[in-house]
Amino acid sequence: MNTYASGFAGGALIGLSAALLMLLNRRIAGISGLVAGLGRDRGLRRWVDAAFVGGLIAGPPVCALATRAWPAMRFVASLPVLAVAGLLVGFGTRLGSGCTSGHGVAGLARLSARSLAAVLTFLGTGMLTVALLRTLA
Amino acid sequence: MSAALRLLATLAAGLIFGLGLSLSGMLDPARVQGFLDVTGALDGRQAWDPTLAFVLGGGVSVAGLGYAVAWRLPRPALAIAFDLPTNRRIDRPLIGGAALFGIGWGLSGLCPGPAVAALSTGALPVAVFVAAMLVGMAVHQRFVAQA
Repeated sequence: MNTYASGFAGGALIGLSAALLMLLNRRIAGISGLVAGLGRDRGLRRWVDAAFVGGLIAGPPVCALATRAWPAMRFVASLPVLAVAGLLVGFGTRLGSGCTSGHGVAGLARLSARSLAAVLTFLGTGMLTVALLRTLA
Repeated sequence: MSAALRLLATLAAGLIFGLGLSLSGMLDPARVQGFLDVTGALDGRQAWDPTLAFVLGGGVSVAGLGYAVAWRLPRPALAIAFDLPTNRRIDRPLIGGAALFGIGWGLSGLCPGPAVAALSTGALPVAVFVAAMLVGMAVHQRFVAQA
């Protein structure tokens, strides 16, 4: 399968997962929200967060078993830069109520104007940041 | 459906998400950054990588179909509570938060889904990113959400 086809197929699985989480639990498949919920939610809701995140983490090894190769990962930043980026992503996704999954996949699928505004914003600052990195490099 | 069965189905849904990310190539920070690198593409320094747009297209179309089914059901198949976002305002926290997230995403090529899924690869850069992300979330919870 070429890169674009496997990208679309992988995306379709992500969409299927988001649909299942909605049908099962009436929950938006936003990973930043589910991860934050692990530390905040109580009762069955917290178990739902944990089950979904547990399945998510099992994805790459199961994929590796099936295809006999780990998914490719080429890191583009040093550890200190990754730490700064992680802080920005953690704080920003909570302040902005979502990330690429919650606003990107789920929000756009719900035709949410709020999510569209968020997606255009993070795509914009993401592209600006990479343009700056390239200019400084 | 019993709670145990529902949690098992939710685990399966999470696994499908993780498999989708693995198959899509979105665990690869270089590929994600290659999508965001539009200026490199414009002046021909670097070939633009449109894969992320295909992933988003596949995800939005299938999720959209699934949601269309979900809205027709009187109640979710097994749900405890309806949990849909009610805020419809495009306000400063939304835009400011998304802007900060985009900067971190561009710097690292990582966002929460791929980073959490890739914890199982045991890669140190992923662990550092996720640890910092949890700190960022805790800072928000402590100083903004509860302020």
